[in-house]
Amino acid sequence: MTTNSHLLALQHVSQVYTSGAKRFTAIQDVNLTLSEGEFAILLGPSGCGKSTLLRIITGLQRPTKGQVLYRGRPLQGVNPQATIVFQTFALFPWLTVMENVEVALKARGIPPKQRTARAFDLLDRVGLDGFEMAYPRELSGGMRQKVGFARAMAVEPELLCLDEPFSALDVLSAEALRGELLELWSSGNIPTRAILMVTHNIEEAVFMADRIVVMDKDPGRVVTELRVGLPHPRQRKAPEFRDMVDRVYATLAGQTQPEHVELGTAPGEPGRTRALPHITINDLAGLLEHLAERPTHRADIYRLAEELHVDSDHLLRLTEAAELLGFATIARGDITMTPLGETFAEASILARKEIFASRIRQLPTFKWLLAVLQAAHRHQLEWDVVQTALELEFPPEEAQRQLETAINWGRYTELLAYDDSGQVFYLEPGAVSSSSSATRQNGQ
Amino acid sequence: MKPSPRLFKIEQPALRPINWGDIVVLVGVAVLVYAGVRLALDAPVVIKGPMISLSPGALPWYASLSIGRMVAAYALAMLFTLLYGSLAANNRRAEKILIPLLDVLQGIPILSFLPVVLLGFSAILPGKMAAELASIVLIFTSQVWNLTFAWYQSLTTIPGELREASAVFRFNTWLRFKTLELPFAAISLIWNSMMSWAGGWFFLMAAETFTVGHRDFRLPGLGAYLQEAANQGNLQAIAWGIGTLVLVIIILDQLVWRPLLAWADRFKLEMAGGENPPASWLYDALRSSRLIDWLTQATWHPARERLDAWLLRRFSLRGETDPAKTIPLWPLYVVGTVGGMGLLYGAFQAGQMLLAVPLSQWSTIGIGVMATLLRVLAALMIALVWTVPLGVIIGSNPRLAAWLQPVVQITASVPATALFPIVLLVMLGLPGGLNLSAVLLMLMGTQWYLLFNVIAGATAIPRDLKYTTALLQLSRWRRWRTLILPALFPYIVTGAITASGGAWNASIVAEHTEFGGRTVGTIGIGASIARATSHGDYPLLLAATLSMIITVVAINRLVWRRLYRLAEEKYRME
Repeated sequence: MTTNSHLLALQHVSQVYTSGAKRFTAIQDVNLTLSEGEFAILLGPSGCGKSTLLRIITGLQRPTKGQVLYRGRPLQGVNPQATIVFQTFALFPWLTVMENVEVALKARGIPPKQRTARAFDLLDRVGLDGFEMAYPRELSGGMRQKVGFARAMAVEPELLCLDEPFSALDVLSAEALRGELLELWSSGNIPTRAILMVTHNIEEAVFMADRIVVMDKDPGRVVTELRVGLPHPRQRKAPEFRDMVDRVYATLAGQTQPEHVELGTAPGEPGRTRALPHITINDLAGLLEHLAERPTHRADIYRLAEELHVDSDHLLRLTEAAELLGFATIARGDITMTPLGETFAEASILARKEIFASRIRQLPTFKWLLAVLQAAHRHQLEWDVVQTALELEFPPEEAQRQLETAINWGRYTELLAYDDSGQVFYLEPGAVSSSSSATRQNGQ
Repeated sequence: MKPSPRLFKIEQPALRPINWGDIVVLVGVAVLVYAGVRLALDAPVVIKGPMISLSPGALPWYASLSIGRMVAAYALAMLFTLLYGSLAANNRRAEKILIPLLDVLQGIPILSFLPVVLLGFSAILPGKMAAELASIVLIFTSQVWNLTFAWYQSLTTIPGELREASAVFRFNTWLRFKTLELPFAAISLIWNSMMSWAGGWFFLMAAETFTVGHRDFRLPGLGAYLQEAANQGNLQAIAWGIGTLVLVIIILDQLVWRPLLAWADRFKLEMAGGENPPASWLYDALRSSRLIDWLTQATWHPARERLDAWLLRRFSLRGETDPAKTIPLWPLYVVGTVGGMGLLYGAFQAGQMLLAVPLSQWSTIGIGVMATLLRVLAALMIALVWTVPLGVIIGSNPRLAAWLQPVVQITASVPATALFPIVLLVMLGLPGGLNLSAVLLMLMGTQWYLLFNVIAGATAIPRDLKYTTALLQLSRWRRWRTLILPALFPYIVTGAITASGGAWNASIVAEHTEFGGRTVGTIGIGASIARATSHGDYPLLLAATLSMIITVVAINRLVWRRLYRLAEEKYRME
């Protein structure tokens, strides 16, 4: 195959951010093609760089390395043949529905009469006739996104990019809009040649796409591509559909590795530092209790998402945390509770704290944090100091998130405390290491 | 209930230590003042002022002159804002210089410039024009900084997706300005314009009435009318003058600002509708008028369409990710080098002049700064003592608030400088005379900022917390300490920042004045500046002006900015 037969081709695209002397790879060496007539989906957990990739593809952002070919030609500036439907709709709140669509046409220099006629026609097609003079704030989320679609269609894009278009909508409107988008696409009434959609919702991806490009984070990269051969309209209850979803979950949830691999290394040491998953302890306890109620103590992760009514991204972060803390193991899309996990689920509030504390003491990042506090004067460190040290491993925002998670976990386990007004971390007296605690016991 | 916005809130740039950039800016300001003083050396010794007629028939003419000056200055300020703010927001390198510059400039007491500007202009321009131009420059400087900062802040806080949408849909510079940037900034620009106008009146009145020694810089206008009336003790004319001033301010409020606010409600970013949108009878009337509707359809719409089409062709597409257009750097360096050398030379000259100031005068300046500082503090304290209890009473009683707020607003809108001659008329006979009336003038100029903010803060205290303190049966004192004072703190700080700025400014006209043919003065930095102006003591003028600027900027940095941070971080209700 030559590159010319593709509508779009990405060649060795990388995005690297520099922060001080440190470089962080947001996207690593992505190769991707998109042919005419294809509906492809970029799927991955949050932070895997899929939205960044979409911005690179539309030309809003230039990659640090590699190039984007559109119809065989390197892309320069914003691609005039592409358009985006945004997650938060990106409608101008001060323009009416009609004006929001018209302004896209105005920017292309289309005269007023034609503009109005085309906007009317498009709004009619997405089912918004009668709402032309309304302002976006008067519409429901689903209707706002319809305006987003109409505006995107107005410029007759060859390549339609969708950035999590349904994730800000309620369940019912999202479902309705998905169907309408598929109908519009399969009817062939629109000049769009290909669709590229970004999502973190696994079921949505299997429901809509011809091809799923699965991405993972740290660094953001393409893990695998899956072709979905199911005919439309797809039945969510059909066994083939569920198989497919299960396969994707298995790919994304990964496989529990031996402990030393799973835990990673401490910040500043060679090797990969595992980020603390950004979850709350309540949610984790909820997951474990739910698993404990099952006789087998095992569940299909995909089913869990349905049962717990949480979205796949959130659930995967929880399973990752359970895995990291040794409360569960993951294999082939199934999660199984370990004996430790069972004990945790059944323990009292105080006992849970103790189990949790003993587990997070094993995590290199946490161990490192406790060690530096131990070594510090009066067992205290300022936020900025810790943040700077963590920035050797993580980008600034991630380092901040790591510290927020560490504070949350540390406060729960009473291992470390944080004083917000002074922005200081300090060790809880109980966590000060054995030598000093021994002296204190002697003193009593 | 949604917390009420803090009024007259100028967004403060991030707290940062004083760095070399600030020093450069301050040196630049010093050189500017020096240049003014240098020009002033040639200022005529005697400047004749205009004849002011006290006939009520002259008032419409005077009022329109005053408004004309305000409009001219405001137009200049808007133009400056759009250019300066856009440059700062769109160019990283420019941002690094322009924002610290703005930060220092907005803290400088503007009225301290008045004598220098007036004298400088009158040396190079014919008398009347010099005073006119100086008043416009002065009003411009009082109006511009908060507008510029508001515009810059809006530009840098436009949501990423809206910006991306305008890039994906290929908006050019004009369309982006019109559809995205201007609407996004509209509400903030209108509020800040109202604030700028309120401040502008204060300085206009000061500029219209400025007289020192044989130099009469007065301008025909409302301010001069009031002063003349007070000078002659003509109570009837005083009443006419104040009536006209209040009327002008009310008319502007009703015919310009209210309709603008009502119209701008559509530019709110929140997707949910507001609780009580601003209303305006004029706006409602205009909107429901068939004639107006027909007129806009017939003339405005086609004209707008043509303008759009022309501007769309005129401006090219601005690519968000165009390979960073490399603007050649050498002109920048040349300008920088030449500017830097000029600055150094100016600083050297200014230093020479400062060295000529004898030590005894420096000590007078030092004492003056302290005296004025004490007056400012006294005015702030008095204002706090009465505004906090009253503000809380008004703020926690919605019915009272609805009734009192307009009254307070109108009273507050009368610029204190316009009333000053009248205050003098009453106070000069009393013991303490000018000393007392100076504090009173500062108080009149500043208390309203505090009162408005305390009212806003009191209405913003969540009802749940009030119930909780009632349920806990806290004593009155404990209730104030645990709930009311902490909740008010950010509002009080915001009000006090504006108030203290106003008080420093007032010192120039309050501490040394010509009244009824007499010259009265007291000890203070404002008095030093005014006296230097009247005696033509230029080194002293430079030294006093700079001392005042440096003191105020330092207090801003060391006290107010810190309190503001504390308020934002610790005492914010979310």
